This record gives sequence, structure tokens and C-alpha cells, in this order.
Amino acid sequence: MSDHTHDSGEEHIGHVLPLSLLVKVFGGLVLLTALTVFTGTMNLHGWDLPVAMVIATSKASLVCLFFMHLKYDKPFNGMIFLLSVLFVGLFLAFVGYDAGQYQDDIKAYTIEHIGGE
Amino acid sequence: MSTTANDHGHDPNRPKHLAHHFETLGQQFDSGKLGIWVFLLTEVLFFSALFVAYTMYRSNYPEVFQYASQFLDTKMGAINTVVLLLSSFTFAWAVRNAMLGEKRKLMLNLLVTLVCAGGFMGIKYVEYSHKFHDGTLWGGNASTIFKADPAEIPAEIKEVSEAWNNPEGKFSVAVRDLDPAFRQKVGVFFGVYFCLTGLHGIHVMLGMILIIWLMMRTKRGDFGPTNFNAIDFGALYWHLVDLIWIFLFPLLYLIT
Amino acid sequence: MAPSTNSLDRTHYLNATKGFRSWFMTIDHKRLGLMYLWSVVGCFILGGFFAMKIRWTLTPGVTDFMAQSVEQMNAYNNAFTVHGAVMIFLVIIPSIPAALGNFVLPIMLGVKDVAFPKLNRLSYHLWLIGALLFVATLFIGNLDTGWTFYPPYSTGHTDPSVITAVLGAFVLGFSSIFTGLNFIVTIHKMRPPGMTWFKMPLFLWAIYATAIIQVLATPVIGISLLLLLVEKTMNIGIFTPALGGDPVFFQHLFWFYSHPAVYVMILPGMGVMSELFATFARKPIFGYKSIAMSSIAIAILSFIVWGHHMFVSGQSETMSVIFSALTFSVAVPSAIKVFNWIATLYKGSIAFTTPMLYGLSIIWLFGIGGLTGMFHATLGTSVHLHDTYFVVAHFHFVMVGSALFGFIGGIFYWWPKMYGRMAEGALSKWGCLLSFVGFNMTFLPLFPAGSQGMPRRYAGYTEAAGFDSYNMSATIGSMVLALGLCIALYSLLRSFKHGEKAPANPWGGVTLEWQCESPPPEHNFDIDPPTVDNPYDMTLVEWRGQEEGFLPKNPRSDDKCIADIQQA
Repeated sequence: MSDHTHDSGEEHIGHVLPLSLLVKVFGGLVLLTALTVFTGTMNLHGWDLPVAMVIATSKASLVCLFFMHLKYDKPFNGMIFLLSVLFVGLFLAFVGYDAGQYQDDIKAYTIEHIGGE
Repeated sequence: MSTTANDHGHDPNRPKHLAHHFETLGQQFDSGKLGIWVFLLTEVLFFSALFVAYTMYRSNYPEVFQYASQFLDTKMGAINTVVLLLSSFTFAWAVRNAMLGEKRKLMLNLLVTLVCAGGFMGIKYVEYSHKFHDGTLWGGNASTIFKADPAEIPAEIKEVSEAWNNPEGKFSVAVRDLDPAFRQKVGVFFGVYFCLTGLHGIHVMLGMILIIWLMMRTKRGDFGPTNFNAIDFGALYWHLVDLIWIFLFPLLYLIT
Repeated sequence: MAPSTNSLDRTHYLNATKGFRSWFMTIDHKRLGLMYLWSVVGCFILGGFFAMKIRWTLTPGVTDFMAQSVEQMNAYNNAFTVHGAVMIFLVIIPSIPAALGNFVLPIMLGVKDVAFPKLNRLSYHLWLIGALLFVATLFIGNLDTGWTFYPPYSTGHTDPSVITAVLGAFVLGFSSIFTGLNFIVTIHKMRPPGMTWFKMPLFLWAIYATAIIQVLATPVIGISLLLLLVEKTMNIGIFTPALGGDPVFFQHLFWFYSHPAVYVMILPGMGVMSELFATFARKPIFGYKSIAMSSIAIAILSFIVWGHHMFVSGQSETMSVIFSALTFSVAVPSAIKVFNWIATLYKGSIAFTTPMLYGLSIIWLFGIGGLTGMFHATLGTSVHLHDTYFVVAHFHFVMVGSALFGFIGGIFYWWPKMYGRMAEGALSKWGCLLSFVGFNMTFLPLFPAGSQGMPRRYAGYTEAAGFDSYNMSATIGSMVLALGLCIALYSLLRSFKHGEKAPANPWGGVTLEWQCESPPPEHNFDIDPPTVDNPYDMTLVEWRGQEEGFLPKNPRSDDKCIADIQQA
């Protein structure tokens, strides 16, 4: 069922983004890239990965919200995208946790059959 | 029979680009938009397995990932990130052009996007051929990953591996002297690297075909203010490809 | 005699255009649905052939376990692998969603087609490519990995037939994804005015829940199979332990899809049942909302239980306990459905038509299949029953007894709509009865056999093992089952020539597909379909005799069916 009740042909569909906004978003993305390269060269004592992921997520949010129009789109489309992230998270959590649990067995096997350490 | 379902075919006001089974352009646009978002969801889950593999191996073998990541060229990766961001920007601009009916600008922006995509693949090709040349490849068997003869190990890799001196002595300095279990996991890292970037590269190439198709349709004059669905949906796909790279870059190239 | 409202000489979707191209390149959802239907039936016969081969090998006295040659045993391994892979990837997964769903879904929504008709055609063509790859597998080598393709066996095993089989499954995955995507968008964006979410027929709820699983889970099997392919051809080393990989990781990936896929198979069957019970009990479905919501609940819960397939794989104990506990949760929505169906039957005016007989069979079959599932959720019991015939019997009760019976029931239910002919009669009822009896004879004995330790995938058992009587019963039962299925197929084919012409609404269903003529016109409705209220309000139609079937009590002036009758 369409939410639109307009007559065909007359309605306005989609949302036009101002060029200045697109330029700003692109500038922001390049800056964040430079930042992540910079922090990548530093030793952040275990915080490297979280920092890199925060920067990457910010970049991703910029792309999603503006380039992909999610800020102006029907909320449901954004929800679908979040759903995919949620399921990846679920998948990651279960498998990651399990693999961590049985890793010692694998390490023992590897050392026994391949040698080393 | 005033409003028979079949009348649409004869409705003079019915836009040509409105497919027979939709009632309004708005319904057609919304359906397409929902469809492409659901497709992007499947794409995210398609890549998910490799991200899970990455997380699993990295969290259990952090030292391997630290070590192996040194063989990736951060500069090339960073340049590629910017190239891809630029292409995303021009594609987003192209959507704006399409919505406003600016045909010439639309064509130009699509062309720039295509060139950027080609540039990305070019840089990727240079990176890949380096790795094939140096033998930093996947596989578990030491002799196939890294050349056994020290003379054959390129100087730059030797330097990196010598600089990488782990105080705890968990692995030795030269690549070929790594202990076998460790060397095997280095092979896994490159397996994950090549699968992730390779799959991403395939998506970039599919995107290039898509852009060429959109350019052909633009030339034919298909797009206008009420008919830009294909451009909009193509752009969404392209942004997703960009999104994935945004995560791949720090995860693969920036491990310290 | 009054002129029939549904005379077959008028133009409808079957005869509007002619020729191979008009079918093969069609974007009409009804034609695509029919092509899926017959392709699936063809693959079912192929898979069934291998099933009979398995049963024949296992029949006591036919093969001497100890005297079998390596070739014989390999052929047996090949038989159960191909049987499993073909039945799952090519038959049950596309059966109801792609065949019946494609045919019925847009008509139930009162629209002309699914949201993306060309994508729908692409789905079918991908399905064909996948099927061809599977058929090629049969000639390339002796595929013997089991349908699960577990590494390191599949990656280390030298037979190249694994490559075509995995590629086939990969392509079929995309077919399934695109079908699901199409249905989600169609249901979201194309429902007619007045049809809110809770006025949707329950079949659509089931298809919707199925589609959610298809788009969320299928990509994961896609990538896993792709990785398996590169691993096999290029020794990538993500799964193979000899290369530093992790084979348990593959099982995680595989079951992240393949457990939800179980619900891709069973949920649409449940949707068919909801339609059957309401229509043939002549009562509004009991607990509409709880049936609808339980479909969604099953779809979501299906994603957090996959580890119960991996209790003996090397999965950590903690995860096994968690997965065991979570698995029980699926029982709740499944039971809600069964209770609601039974409550629908209570004090109903039940018509024992062929589709309804299949529906009633499923209550028994799914009851057994579902309850024995609980044994597998229970961690300790499951370890004992792992890889025994108890598991085989359990999933056949669910996959064949429920999903396949639902599919056949659905075919008989919508057959008049598809071809404008009734396939109803003593013959089709005998088909159902024999299938039911044969099925129980085949698989019920396998429960005790399994719990006594009869392992799966063995090419034979010595007499001393003590499984001979179970195997004998299973072999005889499988022949009865095959006979029943053949009769069902024959009664369908027979209806082309001898079947009575079907009225628009032969069963008295109130959902929209019964409002258009049988078979439907090219664009489904000549007049805009009526506004929908309760899709299960059986008082909206009344029986007007064999010729006219059920007609609306308050006909609309622009209704063509009525106009024809009144003219006469």
C-alpha cells in the first residue's frame, strides 16, 4: 500500500540535497581519513582498534545520513540497515565468543602437529 | 466499470516510466527504495562472514595480525580510501543532478565516478601484483607463502620484519625463520585479506558496469525529475561499497 | 445449463500468449509460479529416486554390509548426499515460497504482479542455472560430502563434483534472496486500500516471515559457499585446519543459514495450513494475531538457535548450553500455531476435501516432528542421539511430513485457481491417505532405531546389530509413500482432461484470490478487487451449487462473474 495519495505524475519524489552540504560531508570524510591514518601511526596502547573503529563509524554515519539520504528518508529504510548491523553483531558475538572458548584446543593441536612456540 | 484495473494502459496521463503494476510514481519509487535497502541488507550480511572471520582470527592471534599487517602499504590504502570517497561524493552529486534534470552535469559526474572506480581498481592491481611478486600470499604452507631463500626476500620486507623485533621473542626476526604455527596463521591473515579486498573489488567492478549502464541510459535521455530511480538506487549500492571500504581500510592496513 | 462463469475458452493468463518464449521470458508471476511448480516437481522426482536408492540399499537381505565393495559404498554416499542436497536446495526451499507464493501472493493482495517482476524472472532463471549445476554434479563425479559440505573433507576431497554442487547451491541462494526481497517489498508497498497488516491473510504473514529469513540468512550461506569454493580451488586456508583454518567456523557459518532455512521450509507450510483450516472448517481462524505474530517470532528466534547442530563439533560447552536453552524457545510459537489450528477446527463444519486431508495429516506429522525436536534441544539427550536415525526421522517428519505435505495440500487447494480444473475426488484422497500411512510406516520405526543407536549414513547394518525389522518396515513404508505420491501426481494430471471446470471460488475461501476468475485473467482482476475486511469472515460467501461454487452474499454490480450469471 502506498503512503502517497497524490496523482501520478504530479507528485514530487525524493529529496534534493544542496551541493554545499555534499561538499561539506566529503570534506569531513577526507579529514576523518587523514585522522585515522594519523592515529594509526601512533601507539595508543591498546586503544588503537577502538579509536579506529570510532572514526570509521563516524565516517560511515556521514555516508549513511547524507550521501545515502537516510536523514531525509523514511525511517523504515534506516531501520532495515540497522537491522543488518544488529544481525552481524549477533553473529559476531556468538561466533567470536565460541571461537575464543575453544581456541586453546586448536592451539594445542597446532603445536602438536605443526610445531613451534 | 469506471475504475477497472486494466484501464491504466490507456490512461493518457499515465507516465511512460510508471510500470504497469504500480498505481503511482510515488509507490514505484518507495518500492524500489525499500527493495534496494533490503538488497543492501543482504550485502551487509554477505560480507559479515568475512568480518566475523577477521574478528575471530584477530582476537585470537593479535600478534599475527600486527606482524602481517606490516606487509600492507598504508599509503596506497589511504589514497584508495580518498579515491573511493571522491567517487561517492560525485555519485551523490549525480543523484542531485538527476533530480534536478541537469543532464550534462549528471553525465560528467557519472564519468568522474567511473574514473575514480577505475583508479581504485588500478591501485588495487598494483598492490596485488606486489604481493604476488613478493610471495606474501595466502596458504598454510611456509614455502608457498614466503620464499624460502633469504636472497629472494625483497629488501623492504626484510627491513620491516627486522624492525619488527618482538621483545618477548615470540617470533623471530626474519620471515623465513618464523615458527611454523605462526607462519601458518600469517597465511590465514593474507587469506582473509585477499578474500575481503577481492570480494570488495568484485563489488567495485560490478559497480563500474552499473555506472556504464547508467551513463548509457543518461545518454538516451531516460532520466528526469520524476524518473531518477535507477540513479538513486545505483548510488545507494555504490555508497555501500564505499562503506565497506571505510571499515576495511583501518581493519587491514592500520594495525599497530 | 447456465453458462459457466469460468468457461475455459475465454482469455486468461494460460492462453493469452503462446510459445516457449512467452513462458520462458515471462514476467507474469502466475506463469513463473507454475514454472517453479513443475521444475520443483521434476527435482522432487530426481531426489525421490535417490531416496528409493537409499532405502533399497538398506533393505535387509539386499546388501550384505560386510561384503560391499568400495564402489557400492561410495555410490551409497553419493545417493544420500544428492538426495539431501536436491531435496533441500532445489525442492523444499523453493517449493511453497517460490511456486505457490509466486502464484498466490499478488492475487491475495489484489495487485497485478510482484513489486519487481523482472527480478522475479531472474530468480527463476538463477534457479534453473542452479538446478543445471546440480544435474551436472551427477555426471562430473561422485559427490559424497553430505549436503552440509563440511570442510576439511569437502576442501581436501579431490572430486571436482563438490565445485559444481557448491556453485549450484550458491546460485540457488541468490534465487532465494531475490524471491524473498520481492515478497517483502510487495507486501510492504502494494497492499490494497483497507488491507492493514492485521487484515492480511495468514499465508502472507507466513511468506513475509519466510522472506525475512531468506534475506537475512541466505547471504551468509552464499559467502560461506564462496569461501569454500576459493578454499577448494586455491587453498585459501580459512577453514582447512592443515592451512591454519578453523573448520568449526565453517559449521557456524553454515548453520547460521541452514537452521533458519529450516523455517524457510516449514513456515510457508504453516501458512498454507492456516488457510486450509479456516476455509474448510468454515470458521474464522482462531487466534489470528497470535498465529501472525508467532510466524514473526519463529523467524527471529530461528537466528539464535543454530548451535544445536554443533553439540559434538568441538563447539565450546558454554555455547552449547546457551544454544540448548535458546532452542527450547522455538517450541513456544510453534505450539501456539498448532493449538490455534486445533481450536479453529473445534465446532467447525469440517469439509474433508483433499487439501484438508493433507492439512489434518500435518497436525499429526508436525506434532511428532516438533515434539521430537525437543529431544535435540536437550543437550545431554542430543549428544546421545547425534547422527543417529532419530535425527533422520525427526527432520523427515518436519521437512516431508509438514513442509512437503503442506506443499501438496497447497497445490490441491490452489489447483482450481491455477488451471481452472478440479482435481478433487476419491483418487486424490487415496493419494493423501497412502502417503500418510506410508510416511508413518517409513519414519516412525526409525525413532526407536535411532535411540537404540542406529547411526546415519552407513551403507548397511549387520543382522547382529538388530535394526533389520525397522529397516524392513521403512522400506515397505517408503514404497507405499511413493505410491501415494504418484497417485497424487496422477490425480492432478488427470484433472487436465477429466477434471470438472472450477468455479471462481470452489472452496469458499474469503481471501482475494477467490474473487478473480479461475484461471485468473492476465492481470489478475478485471475489476478492482473489493476492499478487504476480515479475510476469514466465512459469512461473506454462500454456496451456490457445483457450477457456480461459492459466491459473495452481497455481489457488487460491477462483478463480472455475477453479471454473467444474471445475464443467463
